[in-house]
Amino acid sequence: MKLQGTAIIIILGAIAFYLCTYVVKETDQVILTQFGKPVGEPVTEAGLHFRLPFIQEVNRIEKRFLPWDGPANEMSTKDKTYLIIDTYARWRISDAMQYFLRLRDERSALSRLDDILGSETRNAVAKHELIEIVRTTKDRVAVTDKTLTEGMGNVGMLYPIKIGREVVEQEIFEKAAAKLADFGIELLDVRFKRINYNETVRRRIYERMVSERQQIAARFRSEGAGAAAKIIGKKERDLQEIESESYKRVQEIYGEADAKASAIYAKAYDSSPSSAEFYQFIKTLETYREVLSKDVSLVLTTDSPLFRLLKSTEVSEE
Amino acid sequence: MNEPIEIRIPEFIRNGLILWVIIAIAVISGVITSTYTVQAESQGVVLRFGKYLKTVEPGLRFKAPYGIDKVYVLPVRRQLKQEFGFATLGASNNNQFSEPRTRDREKSMVTGDLNAAEVEWIVQYRISDPRLYLFNVLDPEGTLRYVSESVMRTVVGDRTVDEVITIGRQEIEEEARDRLEALVNKYELGIGIDQIQLQNVNPPPPVQASFNEVNQAQQERERMINEANGEYNKEVPRSRGVADQKIQAAEGYALKRVNEALGDVASFNSMLAEYKKAPDITRTRLYLESMKEVVPQMGKKIILDQDASQILPLLQLNNESKGGLVR
Repeated sequence: MKLQGTAIIIILGAIAFYLCTYVVKETDQVILTQFGKPVGEPVTEAGLHFRLPFIQEVNRIEKRFLPWDGPANEMSTKDKTYLIIDTYARWRISDAMQYFLRLRDERSALSRLDDILGSETRNAVAKHELIEIVRTTKDRVAVTDKTLTEGMGNVGMLYPIKIGREVVEQEIFEKAAAKLADFGIELLDVRFKRINYNETVRRRIYERMVSERQQIAARFRSEGAGAAAKIIGKKERDLQEIESESYKRVQEIYGEADAKASAIYAKAYDSSPSSAEFYQFIKTLETYREVLSKDVSLVLTTDSPLFRLLKSTEVSEE
Repeated sequence: MNEPIEIRIPEFIRNGLILWVIIAIAVISGVITSTYTVQAESQGVVLRFGKYLKTVEPGLRFKAPYGIDKVYVLPVRRQLKQEFGFATLGASNNNQFSEPRTRDREKSMVTGDLNAAEVEWIVQYRISDPRLYLFNVLDPEGTLRYVSESVMRTVVGDRTVDEVITIGRQEIEEEARDRLEALVNKYELGIGIDQIQLQNVNPPPPVQASFNEVNQAQQERERMINEANGEYNKEVPRSRGVADQKIQAAEGYALKRVNEALGDVASFNSMLAEYKKAPDITRTRLYLESMKEVVPQMGKKIILDQDASQILPLLQLNNESKGGLVR
């Protein structure tokens, strides 16, 4: 009987304990309502808490940052380029009471976020040019591959910007954050997740990319032809130079040699009257030897020194 | 008297059994729900009545039973990975995949020169703060996916298509890592970024052919230059050699000319020395010696008496012979 009694007391106690307490998780905050009307301040401290059984109802509200994934919307920039923009945001319920009174649940909160963030994004995008949404750092200069982009105008250059993507995001953030504060919502951040060209713009962009690349390719080919022509030209020039210089040098050498030989001859032959006379004599004889051949007929008289003896044995000269 | 006894005994047995069964269930479930194991690569986060109590290291651990204490075990020492624009098959981590449906949109980006590129990359990270990871942001790893897509586009949007595809890859990885880390810290995701690695980065398929064409044209340029250089090298060195040959030959001629002159002069000088000793006889000797050589070589030889020289016109001189007349 004693055991039985103890058991009954324990079970009843457990049930009473369960009915009078509730657990607040680290990720939750709780608003107690009494017949639908909130009672007291929201409970944000995690742990075990007490309530009146049956009368007070526990409403759990997320304490963590929550996702908002915007739909991919087509919008127009200031320069009338159609983009498909996909944004995301992170937010949390900072004023649980306000949130509870005005929105009650996450579904209606998300639909407010859709409205507010969607329209602020659209406004911001419409106010700025495409490049302001694409680029971020104002003073960044592109590293270029000189061989690709030299003399190609805009190819390989970043388009200049005035404010940049992060400022546009900040603009959206500030405007939306102010509006969401009324609902007890704190906006942590809102950013562009994806920015893509719409189908028509994309086709135009691709065409431009193709034409840019074709320009570069054409330049490479023409550079190749130009460089080759230059080399061939240099070849012609070098050949002419080498040949003419060798001709010049050969002629110089010939001239010098002839001059030197002449000087040697002159010096020897002209050294005295008798040497000049002797030279003349032997050179004449030498010339006979070369000039006279079997084609030459010779008519001599007995008068000549050679055949003089045919006529007389006198040995005297004339 | 028997009846009350009969009633009392079953009542006692019945009550006692139920109680014992309840107690046994309570004890067994108490034991089961009060022990847990934390794996070597993990840490456990213990909550009591939903409130953070402590973080525990690996091993066999105890906690308060019956759901009073709750434990989340997180693999904090494991490097985790998310893939963007592609997917490795058989990955265990749900957040690792990029969904097939969104994969194309995930990798398609606009560059800072308003071109387009397709970028695939991975993010390597680990859970650095289990408490923040669990309690600060709903779905931290899903959030990481969003943030890294946004960050990668920010970085790619600040670069030209050539930087993205070829020369700027490492710079992009570094800047994206830094930016991602800054945002992850701002959001307090409880995640630490190890690194970002770019995988395939390509121009969009419709323009890929024209990018290849540029490479081909570059090759073609090199080829044309090489061919021209080849032609240059084929001809110019040979021409230099030929020039050198001509100069050498000329120098040879010069040596020959001078040496011959010296030789001639030397022979002349020695003859002259003899001549000076007896000029007349030497002259006659030389003359006659020459004649001995010259006269036999000649064709027709006619010797006339000097008094009969008037018959000369009557002689039939051979037509083809070039007439020569020596005194």
